[in-house]
Amino acid sequence: MLEILKHHWPWYTSGIVIAFIMMLLLYFGKSFGFSANLRSICSMAGAGRKVKLFDFDWKAQIWNLVFLVGAVIGGYLSSTVLKSDEPMQLSSATVSDLAKLGINFDGSLNPAGLFGLQSFSDPKVILLLLCGGLMVGFGSRYAGGCTSGHAISGLSNLQLPSLIAVIGFFIGGLIMTHLLFPLIF
Amino acid sequence: MMKFLKYILTGILFGIVMTKSEAVSWFRIQEMFRFQSFHMYGIIGTAVTLGIIIVYVMKKVRLNDLSGQPIKFQDKDKRWPKYLIGGTIFGLGWALTGACPGPIFVNIGYGYLGMLIVALGAVIGTYLYGVFKDKLPH
Repeated sequence: MLEILKHHWPWYTSGIVIAFIMMLLLYFGKSFGFSANLRSICSMAGAGRKVKLFDFDWKAQIWNLVFLVGAVIGGYLSSTVLKSDEPMQLSSATVSDLAKLGINFDGSLNPAGLFGLQSFSDPKVILLLLCGGLMVGFGSRYAGGCTSGHAISGLSNLQLPSLIAVIGFFIGGLIMTHLLFPLIF
Repeated sequence: MMKFLKYILTGILFGIVMTKSEAVSWFRIQEMFRFQSFHMYGIIGTAVTLGIIIVYVMKKVRLNDLSGQPIKFQDKDKRWPKYLIGGTIFGLGWALTGACPGPIFVNIGYGYLGMLIVALGAVIGTYLYGVFKDKLPH
């Protein structure tokens, strides 16, 4: 059993499990939306005293923070007991496109040059990661949700606003990938 | 404590499935935005298709949640500019970091410590939105 779980999971198993998670949270009386945690963290840090958006009862969101802790543990388990020995199968077109930008694919999930320990010693990388994170946090709160809240929960409930948000996600992603990457990397 | 056990287990399941299906991969997000593989579209497409069926059935049978309350499905506010503008800013960050909020934290657990910087940025970004909220078009 463990051996089967260690292999890469095909996309359809992932889609099924993600829909199952959304269903579980609805059944628990909650709603699947991860970026709400970022707002709770600001509120826990005391931002509610100065900024209205963070003046709310974050204790009602503890369940979501617990979910976040679980997600971290799940990531840890995937790199230890469930670690796969096979390299990831990335499209060869993507491999060659990224190589042209100086980013080499070595079969692992993320480029070590951006997300490994060495990222802390490169000011340009620190700046990129900080700005990237900033846009993720700012944008998800501005749009009222991220991939889980809009693309999964919102689209499942046939919400037109969520479709507009997802279109926005793609406009931004395509601009970054096709117009800005050649300037950045 | 026990009432939180189900959330931590659901979170663990989320972390594992996102990693094992490579949805937390920066490379996979690049592949998606370059339209060079079906992989990510398959994941999102399957989740949304099943999700639509699940929500439809839950509404149809008027399912109650675990505590016996009727399950609420909130309609999103209809004013749309914020979805397009906020969504576009989010997308810029998503493509650059290869991670939306969930995968940022899953990747930290996996050992990609550079994601700690992304997480810090995301918290600061959320705070800045709170500060400038009233000056922004919605």
